[in-house]
Amino acid sequence: MAIGKTCELFECGHRACGGCGAALAGRLLLKAAGEETIVVSSTGCMEVFSTPYPETAWRVPWIHSLFENASAVASGIESALKQQGRKEKVVVVAGDGATLDIGVLCISGAFERGHDITYICYDNEAYMNTGIQRSGATPYDASTTTSPAGKVSMGNRRPKKDMPRILAAHGSPYVATASIAYPADFMQKVEKAMNTEGPTYVQVHAPCCTGWGFDGSQTLAIGKLAIETGLWVNYEMVDGEVTKAKKVVKKPVEEYLKEQKRFRHLFKPTLQVEEIAKIQAIADRNFERFGTEIKLPPKKDAVVE
Amino acid sequence: MALEIMEGSIAVAQAVRRCRPQVISAYPITPQTHIVEALAEIVANGELAADYITVESEFSALSACEGAVAAGSRAYSATTSQGLALMFEVCFNMAGLRLPLVMTIANRALGAPLSIWNDQQDSISLRDSGWLQFYAEDNQEAVDLHYIGYRVAEDHRVLLPAMVCFDGFILSHTYEPVDMLSQEQVDAFLPPFVPKFMLDAKAPVSMGMYATPDYYLEFRYETDQAQKRAIDVIREVGCEFGEQFGRDYSALIESYRMEDAETAIVALGSICGTTKDAIDEMREEGRKVGLVRIRCFRPFPAEDLKAALAGVERVAVLDKNVVLGAGGSTARGAMALEVKDALYGESIPVLDYIIGLGGRDVRLEDIKKVVALCEQGEGDRFYGLRTEVL
Amino acid sequence: MALNVGCAAAPGQSRDNKTGSWRVFMPKFDPSACSKCGMCQLVCPEGCIRETEEKEFVPDYDYCKGCGLCAEECPKKAITMEQEEK
Repeated sequence: MAIGKTCELFECGHRACGGCGAALAGRLLLKAAGEETIVVSSTGCMEVFSTPYPETAWRVPWIHSLFENASAVASGIESALKQQGRKEKVVVVAGDGATLDIGVLCISGAFERGHDITYICYDNEAYMNTGIQRSGATPYDASTTTSPAGKVSMGNRRPKKDMPRILAAHGSPYVATASIAYPADFMQKVEKAMNTEGPTYVQVHAPCCTGWGFDGSQTLAIGKLAIETGLWVNYEMVDGEVTKAKKVVKKPVEEYLKEQKRFRHLFKPTLQVEEIAKIQAIADRNFERFGTEIKLPPKKDAVVE
Repeated sequence: MALEIMEGSIAVAQAVRRCRPQVISAYPITPQTHIVEALAEIVANGELAADYITVESEFSALSACEGAVAAGSRAYSATTSQGLALMFEVCFNMAGLRLPLVMTIANRALGAPLSIWNDQQDSISLRDSGWLQFYAEDNQEAVDLHYIGYRVAEDHRVLLPAMVCFDGFILSHTYEPVDMLSQEQVDAFLPPFVPKFMLDAKAPVSMGMYATPDYYLEFRYETDQAQKRAIDVIREVGCEFGEQFGRDYSALIESYRMEDAETAIVALGSICGTTKDAIDEMREEGRKVGLVRIRCFRPFPAEDLKAALAGVERVAVLDKNVVLGAGGSTARGAMALEVKDALYGESIPVLDYIIGLGGRDVRLEDIKKVVALCEQGEGDRFYGLRTEVL
Repeated sequence: MALNVGCAAAPGQSRDNKTGSWRVFMPKFDPSACSKCGMCQLVCPEGCIRETEEKEFVPDYDYCKGCGLCAEECPKKAITMEQEEK
């Protein structure tokens, strides 16, 4: 386990917002990946806050080409390393817009071809770099600048696209979800993905204080709430089968939603009971699909002799 | 010299094999497909130690090549038309990242309307991308330009990707005698790729950072300077090729029967073969016509062209492309814009002929008619339109 | 200055950008309350908390943006956020 490593491969001085979940994801994944790693970044928040010329935060070999082609560039790098007999690992680091939306063509190709690459999607559930526009990863009812809540709108009309299952269906030997709220688990999954031959995928939930509307000190707390309410599930898939999922004591989704400005319209000016019930149903389906609810024994009433 | 009769695409594939790319990534598209089919066979038979990445699109083909070159390998791709258009974004990116590559373009028209036939609209539309652009007149030249292309592109004074363009079907599918250099000869001329910088855990570097307004202008200037430096590098490398193999490519333009020419034709690619035959016939009739063929369109040899055209009375430009909307009420192709620019301040009339688009055959008589039109001062128009559209 | 070909750069130069100037609240570390679990170091998005030879965790105020994550996640509440005095 790499937690003890003190060397920072993701250098100080980057321009992420204070309390940035994506920056923490970048730092942790490099800790887990180690020096023998070549990183391919898509265009996005992490790329921009970490690499204004010449002030790069990366201490491993790093390349950014375009928004949508990181997995194709990674394919070429992996192919070249193989030809040269080199041992570095190739890791793609891309946001949810680059992964679930604009980059799907290239990702599908790279995974189908079976390149030995690890793809890490930091999922902050919208296009944050351009100012919080909805992506395929934006959750149901979240208000973004292109799916704003309004008099006749409850925000984003679609649930999150299930990218892990799409990539598992490509034959990926290892697909996992993680959260920056559980750093050790995330790092273990990165290591496992990198040590599994073939195209592997880790989608890490990375709360965005600016885009979601909460205080930067609450980034991990929000991430934990997402898991405890069942709106995010930490799980692993090996050869297409779910092998492990984090169990939690179920909390109602309101506890997660009410902490974030992007869901404020569900509570004010009037409580949107039906909409919250729909979101609860999404969480319930997750609990059911992954079997992640810990059923506590019913509380005993006052002891009666 | 042992001449072999080969299809153009096969000859190009054999030349690419001799350049020893470690990574090949391409996507099938007519009329380029024979090249990458041939290379797939070469790799499958163990005749070239390369990884052949069968991508899902041209966009990924060039992106994969970009990654391979960034990691320090020589790479290769080929495409045409719609495929090149799909690569547009990667093309600009690779030039800006200063990653050298050779990519063959089997020139084809761009839709709509859909056309699989030849013109040069595809590569011409990438003229501002920072790529070097060579245009072959015949298959021998197409083959040789691949060796030269890698040498120039990978030269540390240049570090730019290069397109070797040859006309789709007209050259790609035509059997011509070609002198294929041996592997030993190519190895002696083209050493292994030595990157100036690359992705390497032993010496980490960040590539593809973003430039603020404080730096962007300077990076664009530097890429343009690399194009300028390429002019001398092409002369040097072309000359060396001539000394070793007897075919001299030191000139970026070729002058054909330009001594005492009154009318000069300026053209690009395989149309120059027909043009030379037409000129021979016109010369026999006593008409003073010559040809200046542009072999290298990027960098554009403006000074060479101006010198070559000094003393002519008029210039007829044959453009197998059209810059839609340019030229006010008259028509313009991209090369005419370059020629007029090179001759700015001279009093030589330059007339443009948009010709042979979408595979329309250009015959010997057409060239003669163009010269006649030019002598009458008529031009800057589409040539050979069906009368019902006029 | 000389530009690197292709806008490439040597690693780790973001250190030239002292993000500590962004700070509004400053984390104050109380070593006597610290259990040395290292959580503050692990969760810092800047990676600017170092462990000294004396096994104390110390933020580098040149880079600390004052987000307060370390204080929030410290199980011993050994870190408090105080208004920055400039």
